[in-house]
Amino acid sequence: MKASICAKTSSAFAPGYYSVIGMPTQRQIRYGIKPLVFLLCALPLLSLIGRAFGFGDDLGPNPVETLQDVLGEWGLRFLLATLAVTPLRLLLGKPWLGQFRRMLGLFAFTYAGLHFANYLVLDQSLDLATIVEDIVERPFITVGFVAVVTMVPLAITSTAGWRRRLGKRWNALHRLVYPAAILACWHFWWQVKKDITEPLIYAAILAALLGYRIWRHVSQKTQSA
Amino acid sequence: MLINKPPGIRPSEITPESVFRNRRQLLRAAGLGGAGLLLGTGCSAEESEASGALKSLDVVKGSSFSTDEPMTDYEDITSYNNFYEFGLDKSDPARLSGDFKPRPWSVEIAGEAAKTGVFDLDDIIGPHPIEERIYRLRCVEAWSMVVPWNGIPLGDIIKRFEPTSRAKYVAFETVVRPSEMPGQRRGVLDFPYVEGLTMAEAMHPLTLLAVGLYGRELPNQNGAPLRLVVPWKYGFKSIKSIVKISFTETEPPTTWSLSAPREYGFYANVNPEVDHPRWSQAKERAIGGGVFSPKKPTLMFNGYAEQVASLYEGLDLRKNF
Repeated sequence: MKASICAKTSSAFAPGYYSVIGMPTQRQIRYGIKPLVFLLCALPLLSLIGRAFGFGDDLGPNPVETLQDVLGEWGLRFLLATLAVTPLRLLLGKPWLGQFRRMLGLFAFTYAGLHFANYLVLDQSLDLATIVEDIVERPFITVGFVAVVTMVPLAITSTAGWRRRLGKRWNALHRLVYPAAILACWHFWWQVKKDITEPLIYAAILAALLGYRIWRHVSQKTQSA
Repeated sequence: MLINKPPGIRPSEITPESVFRNRRQLLRAAGLGGAGLLLGTGCSAEESEASGALKSLDVVKGSSFSTDEPMTDYEDITSYNNFYEFGLDKSDPARLSGDFKPRPWSVEIAGEAAKTGVFDLDDIIGPHPIEERIYRLRCVEAWSMVVPWNGIPLGDIIKRFEPTSRAKYVAFETVVRPSEMPGQRRGVLDFPYVEGLTMAEAMHPLTLLAVGLYGRELPNQNGAPLRLVVPWKYGFKSIKSIVKISFTETEPPTTWSLSAPREYGFYANVNPEVDHPRWSQAKERAIGGGVFSPKKPTLMFNGYAEQVASLYEGLDLRKNF
């Protein structure tokens, strides 16, 4: 079963594609690596919860802002991590890495969703008029809102059942992750008051991840031509 | 116009120094054992460590300009700062200002005045009593505090230097010391930080040159040893660590309006009706309010309309933001 997933998404000329030396067994992945990765991905959230209840650093003089910033940053980081899976899998020749893509994507959605929920509930106190005005009139909020909304269908259809039902259309649908990531980077960039170093770093990583896909797409085409 | 006393604001009720406690420290301490709190001096170990080196000031309290709203905790005022000279993160100024030496300090008085030159800070502030002024502070980023400043009305100091009739504006400049101010080693803003006021704004009795807060000298992160406080304007107008004050005939350049002219103007009066291009200014988050406290509405001129609105009669505040 794992072989069939790989065959569908991997290209034949990826280096090391056929090598299975050093590959963990499905059992190791399922009961060892996956739970560990899950825990690692949940750590930022657990840390925020801990801080909210007074363990270690508290959330600082402006806790709502801290929550907003930290959740948003992790949403963006996991979005980029999700997009890094395929290039890493191909470049390192480790097809089993593909099995972590869904988990990373769902964590990206979780953090981005909590980021949005924090804005709605704690920051705006569910003041609908202000929220609508913000989303309609403030481009950086519009962009962030669209990014989160774009991720909703991806999260819903992330299950094996939906993947089977949608067939080829699943791949097409899940290309929405590209605009979502671009919008998320843009949202961060626009929000910054002055120093754009950090958004620039995220944008550069995103450019590399998308650039790799374009390069691969083009070089595949020229090879088959 | 300038000397009218504001009606409506009652003399503040002054919290004794022994009650300057921090809510979060309180909670933490309560978690560890509430009994100790009742017996304690009220000054937590953390706070005395943070402010212990700062000299106490002899302060005249009870200004009619003070608000009686609850003051923001000392720890919050001194750990949540925008002071790009020390770094961009709000925790940077408190963390990275340890090398800064606010003494000895001198200030250059220049421009359209009879008495100009370089003066020692003590000579500038020495002749004046230090007043406590509990003011609202509204940051352009839509958060706010209530700060018990200690300082001298800027107008009282200005008069001593006898500005001429050509002095229409007052320009201020922050110190440049990259070796002591790590944020100045990065080119995020063009340093020195510069700010300015009209002469009428500078002479307004609300405008303060602060040398302390909460009855002690200013900590480095809050603009030691001398900073401006203009409570009806966004916080970035209240320039910190001032080394130069000059009287000019023309409107002086100001750092944020040079950096982003579309977003920040010369006046920068707090105005809930004129939004920042990227966010609303209608509401503000009070620092120290905790996770579940909603934002509160921002007031015109930060609640000082009665005292200062007359300064701007006939001025289009939407254009002159």
